[in-house]
Amino acid sequence: MAYELSAENQQRVKEVAARYPHNMSAILPALHIVFAERGWIDREACDHVAELLDVPPIHVYEAMTFYTYFPRKPVGKYHIQLCHNIACNLRGAENLIEYMRDKHGIEEDRVTGDGLFCLHRVECLGACGGAPMMQVNDDYYENLSPEKIEELIEGWKREAGNGRR
Amino acid sequence: MALEKIVFKGIDIPGRTEISVYEDGGGYAQWKRVLSEKIEPNELIETVKASGLRGRGGAGFPTGLKWSFVPADSPKPKYMLCNADESEPGTFKDREILEKDPHQLLEGVLLGSYAIGANTAYIYLRGEFVKGWKMVERAIAEAREAGYIGKNVLGSGFDIEVWTHRGAGAYICGEETAMINSLEGKRGEPRLKPPFPAVEGFYKCPTIVNNVETLAAVPKIVENGPEWYGQWGTEKSKGTKLWSVCGHVARPGVYEVPLGYPAQKFFEEDLGGCWNGNKLKAVIPGGSSVFAMTPDEFFACNLDYESIAEHGSMLGSGGMIIFDETACLVEASTVIAHFYAHESCGQCTPCREGCGWVLRMFRDIEAGQPQPGAKDVLLDVMDQIFGATICPLGDSIVMPIKSMMEKFPEEFEYYIREGKSMVTGKTRLAQLAQPDKPENWRRGEPFDYPREQDYKTSFKGLAHDLSRGPEPLFTKFEDE
Repeated sequence: MAYELSAENQQRVKEVAARYPHNMSAILPALHIVFAERGWIDREACDHVAELLDVPPIHVYEAMTFYTYFPRKPVGKYHIQLCHNIACNLRGAENLIEYMRDKHGIEEDRVTGDGLFCLHRVECLGACGGAPMMQVNDDYYENLSPEKIEELIEGWKREAGNGRR
Repeated sequence: MALEKIVFKGIDIPGRTEISVYEDGGGYAQWKRVLSEKIEPNELIETVKASGLRGRGGAGFPTGLKWSFVPADSPKPKYMLCNADESEPGTFKDREILEKDPHQLLEGVLLGSYAIGANTAYIYLRGEFVKGWKMVERAIAEAREAGYIGKNVLGSGFDIEVWTHRGAGAYICGEETAMINSLEGKRGEPRLKPPFPAVEGFYKCPTIVNNVETLAAVPKIVENGPEWYGQWGTEKSKGTKLWSVCGHVARPGVYEVPLGYPAQKFFEEDLGGCWNGNKLKAVIPGGSSVFAMTPDEFFACNLDYESIAEHGSMLGSGGMIIFDETACLVEASTVIAHFYAHESCGQCTPCREGCGWVLRMFRDIEAGQPQPGAKDVLLDVMDQIFGATICPLGDSIVMPIKSMMEKFPEEFEYYIREGKSMVTGKTRLAQLAQPDKPENWRRGEPFDYPREQDYKTSFKGLAHDLSRGPEPLFTKFEDE
C-alpha cells in the first residue's frame, strides 16, 4: 500500500503550506514532517508529498535528491552521524570511527544486524567547539572520546533491550 | 582582563530563552518603542548605517546599506530572511545565539522587517540544529502570545509574521541566493547576481538576507545608538564580532571580541595557546573557506576586516581553526577538499569537476601514488576553478588549500616525494587497520582519474560516494 502520512500530519502539512506564497516552498517542511513521522523517505513518500501539496512530483524528487539530510532507507533506531570535517578530524574523529567499527561492529553506511545502529560520516555540523562530535537522531553529543562513545553505546543497547526509548 | 560579552551578553544569562527573562533585561522595549513612536523605517536604516554594522556571515557587507537597496516604492511584498544555515567548517557562533538567546535574534528580525517594510520574515535554520530550531519556535510562540508578532502589532497598524524554515543538510544554502532558491522549494543552486535579492529575491520580490549574528546585534544598536556600538572596533570595522575558535586550541569556544583586537593577545591570553602546550603551525581565521595564515602573519594582524586582509587572509565568518605542530596539512587539505567536493551544488563545471579532481589527487598523494607533477597539476586545476563560478564555493576550496601549499610547500613536496607524511611519518594507508576493505576507500584507496563515471556521480546528493560507481537517480529510493 502506498505510504501516507497520518491524518493529523497531513493537516499540518496544509497548515505549514499556508505560510508561504506558493506551495513549492512547503516541499522541504513537508519532507521534514514525513521524516519526523517515519525516519526515512522513499519515492512513494515523495509522491504523497507532491499530492498533498499539489505540485508536480518532479519538484519533490529534485529537492529530495539534492539535500542529504533525509535518509532514503531505514537507518536503524540510533542514526549516528559523526562529523569528520576539519575541526573534528584534528581532534581525532577517525579514531572514533575505527573504535565503533572494531569494538561494536558498527560499520559505515550500514545498519547493524540488530537494527539498532547506522553510522554515517557527515560534514561539519556546526559544533566545532565540542569536537569531535556526532549527532544521534536529533541530539548532539560533543567532546567525544572512545570512553564516552563506549558509555553512550552501552546505554543505548540497554535502553533498546528494555524496550524503552 | 578576560574578554566579556557585550552585545551578546544574553548568551551567558541563564534562563534567557524565556521571554520574561529577556523582557526583564530590556527585551522588546525597542520593538515597542519603534511601534508606539511610529519611528520612520528610514530612521532605523540610518541608525544601522551609522553604526557601521557589517554582515557577519562572511561577506562583511554594510547592513544598513543593504537594507537601503530595497525599493521602497515597489508594489510587491517584501521579505526578511534570516540566515541561520550555519555550516561553514569552524563556525559555531550562530548556534549559541539560537539556543541561548533566541529572543534577541527575534527582536532583531522584527526591527529589520520593519525597517525594510516586510510583513513576512523567515528564519532559515540548518536542519541539523534541532535544538536551536525548537528554541526559536518557542521564542516565536511566546512573542506571538505577548502580541509582538501578528496582525496590527500592539495597535500600530503594522503586520508581521515570522516563520522558521528548516534546511536539509546543504552547505551551499548558506549562500543567499541559494537559500532563496531553497526557500522556494527548489534545489539550492545559487543564482547569478545581479539582480540582487534586495531587488529580486524570494519569488522575485525584494528580499533581504541577513546573518543571525548581524540581526541579533540590531536591538542593541537601536537601544544604545550607533555611537555606543562604534566605541568598539576600528574606523572601518566597527563594533564587536563573535569568534568561534576550534581545532588544536587550549580553550575552544565562542568569544565576543571588539574588532581590532590584537590577534597575538587573543591567542595567547584568551585562548590559552595551543592545547598541550604545543607550538602553533597555522591558522585559518575565518571558516575553512579563507586563506591559511602562518603564525607570523597571524600574530602581526589585528582581528578586524582590514588588518586580516592586509596580512593575507579574510575575516570571513569568524570561525578560527587552529593547527598545531602535530597537524599534517596534506591530510587537512584532503579533508577540506572532501568537504567542498561533497557540498558543490553541481551547477558550474569548474567547481563540480574541479573539486572532485582536487580531492582525487589528494587521495592519490595520501596513498603514496601521486600523479607525476602532482603539485603543479593541483595548482593549475585550482587556478582554473578560482573566479570561474557563479558563487564563491569554487573559490572556497582554492583559498585554504592553495595558501597551505604556498606557505608550507615542503610538507606537500615531501608527501608527494616520499609517499608519507612529514609530520606523522606515516601514510594514511599505514595508519588504517584494514586498508584492503572496500569500505575503507575514503582513507586513501588509489583512484585513476578522471573517470567517466565520476561525471555522473559528482552531483550533490549523489556525490556521497565518488568511488562506488554511477548511481542511477532512484536506486536509493527502491529497496536494494
